[in-house]
Amino acid sequence: MGMTITEKILAVKSSKKNVECGEIISARVDIALGNDITAPIAIDIFEKYGAKELFDRKKVVFVPDHFTPNKDIKSAEQCRILREFSRKHNVENYFEIGRVGIEHALLPEKGIVLPGDLIIGADSHTCTYGALGAFSTGIGSTDLAAAMITGEIWLKVPESIKFIYSGKTRRFVSGKDLILFTIGKIGVDGANYKSMEFTGEAISSLSMDGRFTMCNMAVEAGAKNGIIEPDDKTLQYVKGRSKREFITYKSDKDAKYCNVVDIDSSKLEPQVSLPPSPGNARPVSELRNIAIDQVIIGSCTNGRISDLEEAALILKGKKVNPNVRLIILPATQDVYKEAMKKGLLEIFIDAEAVVGPPTCGPCLGGHMGILAKGEKCVATTNRNFVGRMGHPESEIYLAGPAVAAASAITGRITNPEEVL
Amino acid sequence: MSALKYKGRVFKYGDNVNTDVIIPARYLNTIDPKELASHCMEDIDPGFPKKVKPGDFIIAAENFGCGSSREHAPISIKACGVAAVIAKSFARIFYRNSLNIGLPIIECPEAIESLCDGDEIEVDLNDGTITKISSGQVFKSKPFPEFVQKIIEKGGLMEYVSSRETR
Repeated sequence: MGMTITEKILAVKSSKKNVECGEIISARVDIALGNDITAPIAIDIFEKYGAKELFDRKKVVFVPDHFTPNKDIKSAEQCRILREFSRKHNVENYFEIGRVGIEHALLPEKGIVLPGDLIIGADSHTCTYGALGAFSTGIGSTDLAAAMITGEIWLKVPESIKFIYSGKTRRFVSGKDLILFTIGKIGVDGANYKSMEFTGEAISSLSMDGRFTMCNMAVEAGAKNGIIEPDDKTLQYVKGRSKREFITYKSDKDAKYCNVVDIDSSKLEPQVSLPPSPGNARPVSELRNIAIDQVIIGSCTNGRISDLEEAALILKGKKVNPNVRLIILPATQDVYKEAMKKGLLEIFIDAEAVVGPPTCGPCLGGHMGILAKGEKCVATTNRNFVGRMGHPESEIYLAGPAVAAASAITGRITNPEEVL
Repeated sequence: MSALKYKGRVFKYGDNVNTDVIIPARYLNTIDPKELASHCMEDIDPGFPKKVKPGDFIIAAENFGCGSSREHAPISIKACGVAAVIAKSFARIFYRNSLNIGLPIIECPEAIESLCDGDEIEVDLNDGTITKISSGQVFKSKPFPEFVQKIIEKGGLMEYVSSRETR
């Protein structure tokens, strides 16, 4: 029996010839990640139990990106815990303000995560790196602490679901639309404990940015990881970024899947997920006259350069509706700089958007774009749970950058075709 | 009550209770369990921290704990004194985090169907039974393996590991 790409990586990392679904393994981690919310607990545990050193100072990564630039004294104290710990233990990949970006955009960009890696992160969207053909999954602070000490984690080998996206996508249908549609189809626990493997024509034609977006949201269907087999685009992306050796894996033809889901990508239009669940996906044309107060373009889901390019294409020469606040947050310093070089920032500012620093702030209701009672927001972020972005009676509509930008112009949820 | 046996009231919720409503991100700038407990379930049931008493239970339907990896979610529940969370199913990361910090979580769809908000129940983690006090009805869940019972008894994975190391 052949193995899936996920099983192959898990076998290699647990020094086995093969692994089977349901088997519990102890695996070596290539990267263990924490942020300013989750790492303080892990560090507390690390120190409380008398651990003296990290298993590998090069493999532990701390990214203070959630409440930074620090929104209040308490978050400043949390960040200080990371900073002091990182200095004490000589952590190679600690990112201070000015160098920090949103973790899941930053790590691939810096070549810290690579194809074939096993990556754990105390952040649920750690599954993003599956776009590189790595096994990556979100864990909590205790698991992070244990991995910081031992360099290992126990995992149950997940069953895999294969998603085949056939056909070419229409204009303005991005990775975000494919994944929102998919979560709408299978539900927010449709892949609970499982691996989501994305394949097919539409995936091959998707940019790396679009692939990161898709794998990022695998957790919104409950998945342990999302994964895409590396191809030339992957290698092109990794080229010049990787500072160490890596191996690419592909699923065997006779690999076992617990389910295969076929999706005709050519039939899809841009999607919007209605509050309060990413699973409430609808085609944008079905939504009429939903007036909005705010638009957020950014986050680990859609804050990369091609997301900003798509927004700029729509916003160029136009103004944000007077009833709307448009907040644009490039995911990293490099994305920011590239947006500047390409003239995107000028387009945004001329359209009367505010462009902020890289931060996770508004996505989780931290800061930099909190919603008041009754307000509605179109966001390119990944969750629209009750109270996610502020007041429990505010509403978040999840969409890709094209729908978000178009909606900022009209002041209501809008199909991008309408404003071009 | 003997070890791993609890008696208390039921607080019942529905499907997909997510980590954002269990502990909203606006309170994640602290790791103090007591402070986290004071905001537990705030965005789904604002009065919860005041109503809940040590030994009570949270019960829910499918996919409890979906969303974020924030361990603050099970920490806030445990710090409220909740004895166990019983649901039809749990989200993956929440399940793992809960056991890691020693919060018992039990999958038992039959119990969820029959129990109502405010019911008094007794839960025995040794054999996985849930008893509705008023009717005497007994629901069986799969008991935890012995090592998980020990993790819960010790209060979490790290406590369990360090108690083994120092034996």
